[in-house]
Amino acid sequence: MDALALEAKAGKADAAPAPALATKRPKPQKKAKRIVYFEVEIVDAKTKEKLLLLDKVEPTASILDIKSMFHKSNPQWYPARQSLCLDPKAKSLKDEDVIQNLPVGTTATFYFKDLGAQIAWGTVFLLECVGPLLIYLMFFFRLPFIYSPRYDFTTPKHWVVHLACACHTFHYAKRILETMFVHRFSTGTMPLRNIFKNCSYYWFFAAWMAYYINHPLYTPPMYGEQQVKTALMIFLFCQLGNFSIHIALRNLKQPGSKVKKIPYPSKNPFTWIFWVVSCPNYTYECGSWVGFTVMTQCLPVAFFTIVGFIQMAVWARGKHRGYLKEFRDYPTLRSSILPFIL
Amino acid sequence: MSAPAMGTTRTAQSDASQKKKKGPGALATAYLVIYNVVMTAGWLVIAVGLVRAYLARGSYHGLYYSIEKPLKFFQTGALLEILHCAVGIVPSSVVLTGFQVMSRVFLTWAVTHSVREVQSEDSVLLFVAAWTVTEIIRYSFYTFSLLNHLPYLIKWARYTFFIVLYPMGVTGELLTIYAALPYVQKTGLYSVTLPNKYNFSFDYHTFLILTMISYIPLFPQLYFHMLRQRKKVLGHVEEYTKVE
Repeated sequence: MDALALEAKAGKADAAPAPALATKRPKPQKKAKRIVYFEVEIVDAKTKEKLLLLDKVEPTASILDIKSMFHKSNPQWYPARQSLCLDPKAKSLKDEDVIQNLPVGTTATFYFKDLGAQIAWGTVFLLECVGPLLIYLMFFFRLPFIYSPRYDFTTPKHWVVHLACACHTFHYAKRILETMFVHRFSTGTMPLRNIFKNCSYYWFFAAWMAYYINHPLYTPPMYGEQQVKTALMIFLFCQLGNFSIHIALRNLKQPGSKVKKIPYPSKNPFTWIFWVVSCPNYTYECGSWVGFTVMTQCLPVAFFTIVGFIQMAVWARGKHRGYLKEFRDYPTLRSSILPFIL
Repeated sequence: MSAPAMGTTRTAQSDASQKKKKGPGALATAYLVIYNVVMTAGWLVIAVGLVRAYLARGSYHGLYYSIEKPLKFFQTGALLEILHCAVGIVPSSVVLTGFQVMSRVFLTWAVTHSVREVQSEDSVLLFVAAWTVTEIIRYSFYTFSLLNHLPYLIKWARYTFFIVLYPMGVTGELLTIYAALPYVQKTGLYSVTLPNKYNFSFDYHTFLILTMISYIPLFPQLYFHMLRQRKKVLGHVEEYTKVE
């Protein structure tokens, strides 16, 4: 308000001596600018009960500002768990939307939905990954009560079991480090109940895999050293690829900017896959797990790979469709996750 | 209400979704009517078979054997319903339908058929009877709905009989699985042990116990969902009569 008032005063001073300057002003005015304040009413989307009335809202206020004001009067609903819409059935308005750009009159009515307790994406990712890391190690180090004591002091672990532990641990350690230092999350939070769903999935499969690979009766792969070495190459190649893609995606966006850009291949050969795939991070991730499956020749790992692939394919297709919608000139050669196939 | 930038794509999408909501075409409707009529007839055959066998033998025991083949045939035929949802001619969720049909098929083949010793149990009759009555009503409900001539009696029956039949069926199923447990453990049916080259093991006995436990969270959810549906579907009639 003060900035605008200052501007208005300056305009008054400038208008007289420099008529040329006056034409540059977006609104030709000599008086103080009259700000049209908005009146915002927040209504519960289900019960239609009026929750809050805000008068004298800046036209330049964003949805996030309104959410903050709503949070002050209703402290149990922090901004991340508020969903404000123009219509009870419409999509949520984005935090960056500015009220004067919305199709509302000077009295705006927003419908509020409680999204439930929220948790930061980063937190969920960390918990998802720390679990499998530790759980696998518990089985590798044969903590008591996991395997029957009749197997104590039997044959030592086959060398591929050690290798598998190293790969599995490396994979999740890499993911944890990427979550902390590489990834830039575009949405801040997700519903709290997702953490139970996600953690159950990762932790269960980690335990299931680890039980068999580290079992005293584990059978090493059919084709021995050749099979393990080839699979290890695939695994490492895909891990490097996955990391390169994460770096490339990070460099696409400036911190805090919400501008979307098309990722393109760079000098790094691992990013050349961008010519043929929209979401190579998922492609490489699937490749890593295929490598791990072949390396351990373990059916539960194969199940995990298949389920993971299905989920990632769904995400990749969604992302790919998002790209196609957003950019008219999006490269047509690209598939979503598998080059030329899917 | 429409955001100016994506206006055209949104309207195009809403047109497509509106077209989907119109429902199955004439050919699909004809096929579905035939399917539902055949299924109604099939379960009637099972019902009649049970009654005739009871009258002939004079007791409730061992009636499974008299309807074993049609039961297997028509219950397995219900797998088509998953396909109907997947293709879109039936507006139900593939996952939900899949789950329901698979649990029935599982009980028919993986428990009752596979473990011969339970076939003479009375619990088998309990769930077969429950399934028979439920399915006759359900398939005739679908048939009449498709033909747009649904007698209120059928609608009422569909949304009322389950109150008794559902718990009855669940009890029969659980008792049957429980009866199968000792035989499964003794023979190691469908079980895989270590070591093997795929580094995998499966204990069918434990799996059956876990299945029984899973009824505890699942059954109440499905039951109360049906009760809510009942209020919605049958409740409306009372509202209309009040308005009049």
